[in-house]
Amino acid sequence: MTKSVEIAEATLPQRVVIPLRQSLGTPAEACVKVGDDVKVGQRIGEPDGFVSVPVHASISGKVTAVGRFPHPGGGEDIAIVIEGDGLDEWHESVRPRDDVESLTADEIRKITLGAGIAGLGGAAFPTHVKLSPPESKPIDTVILNGAECEPWLTADHRLMLERPGDVLRGMKLLMKAVGADRGIIGVESNKPDAVAALKAAIHDGADITVTAVQVKYPQGAEKQLIDTLLRRQVPSGGLPMDVGVVVQNVGTAYAVYEACYLGRPLTRRVMTLTGSPIAKPSNFMARIGTLLSSLIEQAGGTKTDIGKMISGGPMMGIAQFTTDVPVVKGMSGVLFLARSEVDERQPDPCLWCGACVHVCPMKLVPVMIEKLVINEKIEPAVEMGLNDCIECGSCSYVCPSKRRLVHYFKYGKLLAAQKSAAEKAAAGK
Amino acid sequence: MQEHLVVSASPHIREDVSVRKVMYSVVIALVPAIVGSIYFYGPRALFLTLLACAAAVLTEAVIQKLRGVPVAVTDGSALVTGILLAFNIPPGVPWWIPVVGSVFAIAIGKQVFGGLGYNPLNPALLGRAFLLASWPVHMTTMWLPGRGGTLSGLSLSGIDVVTQATPLAIMKSVNAVISDPASTTHQIVQAREVLARLGSSDTIANLFIGNVGGCIGETSALLLLIGAAYLMFKHYISWRVPAAYIVTVAVLTSIFGGPTGLFTGNALFHILSGGLILGAFFMATDMVTSPVTPRGMLVFGVGCGVLTTVIRLIGGYPEGVSYSILLMNIATPLIDGRTRPKKFGEVKQSG
Repeated sequence: MTKSVEIAEATLPQRVVIPLRQSLGTPAEACVKVGDDVKVGQRIGEPDGFVSVPVHASISGKVTAVGRFPHPGGGEDIAIVIEGDGLDEWHESVRPRDDVESLTADEIRKITLGAGIAGLGGAAFPTHVKLSPPESKPIDTVILNGAECEPWLTADHRLMLERPGDVLRGMKLLMKAVGADRGIIGVESNKPDAVAALKAAIHDGADITVTAVQVKYPQGAEKQLIDTLLRRQVPSGGLPMDVGVVVQNVGTAYAVYEACYLGRPLTRRVMTLTGSPIAKPSNFMARIGTLLSSLIEQAGGTKTDIGKMISGGPMMGIAQFTTDVPVVKGMSGVLFLARSEVDERQPDPCLWCGACVHVCPMKLVPVMIEKLVINEKIEPAVEMGLNDCIECGSCSYVCPSKRRLVHYFKYGKLLAAQKSAAEKAAAGK
Repeated sequence: MQEHLVVSASPHIREDVSVRKVMYSVVIALVPAIVGSIYFYGPRALFLTLLACAAAVLTEAVIQKLRGVPVAVTDGSALVTGILLAFNIPPGVPWWIPVVGSVFAIAIGKQVFGGLGYNPLNPALLGRAFLLASWPVHMTTMWLPGRGGTLSGLSLSGIDVVTQATPLAIMKSVNAVISDPASTTHQIVQAREVLARLGSSDTIANLFIGNVGGCIGETSALLLLIGAAYLMFKHYISWRVPAAYIVTVAVLTSIFGGPTGLFTGNALFHILSGGLILGAFFMATDMVTSPVTPRGMLVFGVGCGVLTTVIRLIGGYPEGVSYSILLMNIATPLIDGRTRPKKFGEVKQSG
């Protein structure tokens, strides 16, 4: 729907709500207070621990509130509200760098952390952590994920098409940071224009190849992409670094480029706003903290009633309860479904048809794990691979009985995590 | 505008498929064989089939009402059970046979366990087994000849080869005569003649088309295969169970199926007779009672094939499809548990 819509700069928001929880791990801690004047790129949240990223002001203006606001990850969370002054002035710490070529791996990591970059593909895993593999896990390949994790979302596609040179610059920095000689960009074969654009942009001797991969959900899932491109299977419970690979999203590479070349922290991102209720489905370059209600207006408003508003794609996205949630670093798009498109049929009894087994990309037996979780038999469920589930949604999608398999897997994982946390606490006493 | 946004777990889109769709597709797939049964055995076949369906649906509705659960007979699953049960009874039985069978199939075979999805055994086959145990004469002798009266004229002195008997029953008695040392030379010569005619291309062709004696829906391999192809095209049944089942029967019967030693059996005859096609494509593939894992499906099919062959060649019944599937149904949870696919990334890490 939006694959041929150029990225449009969203209008400067008058007010932004910037959550401190912008990545996996620990949320940042506010380092400004109500009444402070801030400028674009100024740090307003300090990272708390290693797996945490700083947060920056995305507009210039005055901090008017620090409190709990709706968060696209679900529920409410602490956020900093900035009323804009309309000037859009950069903070003095933001300065382009002309010695990028001479940056060391360590410096690149530091800049990445300082810029608050967290995986822009959706999971928002702190990028500097991924770039810091232990010495026992040498990395030989960086994979850039251009497979667009979900149908409907086109943010990565547009970025590859419109800024291929910058994406490649970011990729080279990522390769340098982990000491990998080889780079592969995996792009789904239904985006030949993006493949061509990237190929045309590779003109020096760097070992970067662009590979068209089969269009097949969930091709954009990290472990599946590695398997497709390199025939390496990430061990169960392991990470890509266990097979010598770091996977980064196209948007992340672009953010690393901006951070290293332009000195800009992550204060904006490309995101898709789409779905049948939207008058003009769009790809926006939007400031972090922009409320979606304002982006909906810029996309021409709605044609029909919104039944569902989903942060992310149709298969793995999170349904929102209000349009007053802000754009966050991990938000690659927002999908709107009309009321008539919302399928909330009550589940029928399981037929044991095995469709979920057939479709599971992790080769699990979803039907059995579901029954175990329903009966709260968490340990056997984990033994059968509950925690290997990547929540891609394929099983629920194909289920003729409309069973809510992923729903139970999420619930089961939560119970499993609580249980192991409780056991750890008990052992610590 | 932002009132009443629906919040639920992902995924937010679903494939356009439902239990109802699956079940009615099975019904559609069985239509060619129903039409065939009317052609071969007359309108009585349709009458018995309709009775079985009505009894199945009604029983399901009454029990669901009594259990206080939503009455969901429109999902089509009881209808499928009714048709399959009718397919498994001889066309010459009295009207109450399919009715009793359907009531038993739904009440004891399905609802007792909690209804759709919870039954360990194929309800239609359980109904047939019940009928076979309770009214063996009705269930094993009330055949009607196929339209062309094929296989008539195969008479064998001293043995009760009813002209309307099923091909497998004839084969069984003929084989018994040949391997019985007490048989007279005349009997053996006659028996060999019959055997030769059973294995002739004429007979095989009639078996394929369905122009022979047998249960209402089991005789026409051709019409059943048309329906099966439709279900496979729709991905509602997998090739694994039928393929493993049929290949196993073919291999075993060609080796052990002959009266005079190894490798004298007629595999094609065994595949096309005795409801093997019906069983392999429509009964053994029953979603609820067959394994969900790919390897499990193969194991299940092979198991059915072995049991069918053993029953046919050694057991007391001429055919063995229904009992072998029922027996393998029981093993399904065990098979599933032991054939779980290797998880993605499930590798022994060195060091």
